Amino acid sequence: MSNSTSSSSELFGYVAEFSSASDLYHAAEKVRDAGFRRWDVHTPYPVHGMDHAMGLGKSWLSAIVLVGGITGSCVALFLQFFTQVSLYPTVVQDKPVNIFTLPAFFPVTFELTILLAAFATLFGLLGLIMLPRWNHPLFNSALFSRFSNDGFLLVIESRDPKFKHEGTRQLLEEIGAGKIEEVNY
Amino acid sequence: MADTKTANTAVHPSEAEGVVREPLVLNNRSLGWITDRICGIVENRQPFIWWVLFVPSVLLFLCLVFSLVYLVSTGVGVWGMNHPVAWGWDIVNFVFWIGIGHAGTLISAILFLTRQKWRTSVNRASEAMTLIAVMCAGIFPGFHVGRFWMVWFLAPVPNSNAIWQNFKSPLLWDVFAVSTYFTVSVIFWYIGLIPDLATLRDRAKGLAKKLYGFFALGWRGGNRQWRHYEMAYLILAALSTPLVLSVHSVVSFDFATSIVPGWHTTIFPPYFVAGAIFGGFAMVLTLMLPVRKLYGLEDLITAKHIDNMAKIILLTGTIVGYAYIMELFISYYAANKFEGDAFHMRILSGPYTWAYYCMFFCNVIAPQVFWFHWARHNLWMVFLIVNFVNFGMWFERFVIIPTSLARDFLPGQWGYYSASWVEKLMFAGSFGMFFMLFLIFIRFLPVIAVSEVKGVLPESDPHYHDWKRLRDKRRGAGK
Repeated sequence: MSNSTSSSSELFGYVAEFSSASDLYHAAEKVRDAGFRRWDVHTPYPVHGMDHAMGLGKSWLSAIVLVGGITGSCVALFLQFFTQVSLYPTVVQDKPVNIFTLPAFFPVTFELTILLAAFATLFGLLGLIMLPRWNHPLFNSALFSRFSNDGFLLVIESRDPKFKHEGTRQLLEEIGAGKIEEVNY
Repeated sequence: MADTKTANTAVHPSEAEGVVREPLVLNNRSLGWITDRICGIVENRQPFIWWVLFVPSVLLFLCLVFSLVYLVSTGVGVWGMNHPVAWGWDIVNFVFWIGIGHAGTLISAILFLTRQKWRTSVNRASEAMTLIAVMCAGIFPGFHVGRFWMVWFLAPVPNSNAIWQNFKSPLLWDVFAVSTYFTVSVIFWYIGLIPDLATLRDRAKGLAKKLYGFFALGWRGGNRQWRHYEMAYLILAALSTPLVLSVHSVVSFDFATSIVPGWHTTIFPPYFVAGAIFGGFAMVLTLMLPVRKLYGLEDLITAKHIDNMAKIILLTGTIVGYAYIMELFISYYAANKFEGDAFHMRILSGPYTWAYYCMFFCNVIAPQVFWFHWARHNLWMVFLIVNFVNFGMWFERFVIIPTSLARDFLPGQWGYYSASWVEKLMFAGSFGMFFMLFLIFIRFLPVIAVSEVKGVLPESDPHYHDWKRLRDKRRGAGK
């Protein structure tokens, strides 16, 4: 983690407002090209194509979910074969108690696969987006709270190695920001 | 030729001439208007009619509590069931409520995967309806086991003789299917709610701000969050789609894998799933038509939404009708004596033929009105038909479950099953619980997915303003 410059030790970063999704999209492209790393855009809804404009790749949440799903299948198969075939074989409905019981075990295997994959999605998501986090410097900003209504905001953090107190503000003005607010820790 | 090509690229698809696509949000509403209108439902005082509906719902819910206490303290003998009709109104109600839940998942998952953007106005309320309906459903098999305090036997835990549950039984599959369905629906619903809870948090004050803030988990709407969020939403939609199809298939296995004539049919899984979506959409409309009127949401839930849902009801109702007729045909064509007799008694000579025709009229004949444009756009007509469907879908389960059992293999056992007052009170009470919880949902949570509706506005497209600028330039150049 890079240290912030001494002059802006109290400063978290800038919040800049843009007038529309289009303007924010183009602003994001310029901030991306300027080489910033610790910045984000905050919008009331996910803006289509913004990942590209920000230079972000595909989310790899799906990998976590795959692991969750495979775990679910294995747990279910183990639970059923162990209890029904190995631990206490119960012969009911004239069904076999060996590997050929598999078709009767399919529904529960399917359900547990889905269940654990869904839990992996929930907790994987929360891990990737680092929530819950109820306290954040951005919540100190009056301008920031507009993101959940109709604000299109761009935030550049002072921790970014390219951040300069005046230079970054100028950049934001150049790329068409309306209001710009300084947010402190 | 070149000219038309440039014309197409210079205009946003929603404004292209010749492409008449109804907007999903009418009257060019702004982002702020959408926030105010939807959050206003939660923030303002509820209209008087909310209380008019809420108080009787709570009273009915108390009837449910009373009948359950009476049932547990007296014994299952207070129900009108006996051998051979050991599955009566309780299981009918279970299947009825579970089926209703399916429309919510269809709207939230399947319509999402198929990119049906109109779903955004109705998905939140339908998902809430799903959860509440599954809760109502869960009560019935829970108490149907007889000794409610032994219900933990359903969980995969060995009993005191170290015997495990029978994993080969459809009844246990059902436990897994329904509990997975409920859990995944809760996760899906909650993830969808997070951005909207943040919206409510940012508008609220005092205790409400703390509570909404707690459940919003500190959502900041950054694109570094949204990109994972969108992936999570897509994955959950992809998981829920086969899940919802599996749940009612597994419910139908409870019947289809038995040998009772009238139950033992291979058509059951698709037939049950179509019926569930059919009945669920009817309930979505039953709830959303009054909500839309009451809270002034006509610009968000437009005539197009109602029209689309009526068409789905028509389609699934016709599939259900096909299944009814195919069941009869197969019972004739298969030349199985017992099955033939079961269906003969179902439609001609049995004591429950009235229920069959009631079902057939409500589910197959009545929705055919939706072939006509005026019927899909006359709200009273839509409301009338969907209530026929609600009624008919309950009768469908009644026709399948007790009437097959009442005429099983031994004619000496044949009888006429009718529900006792406890069963009737329980059923009425489950409606009380359903409406009570739905009204509480309206009171405290955004009834329409705010962030999703914002995302389907034309100006939400990041290229919309570029297109607009290009168009204005072209128009200026033309002059």
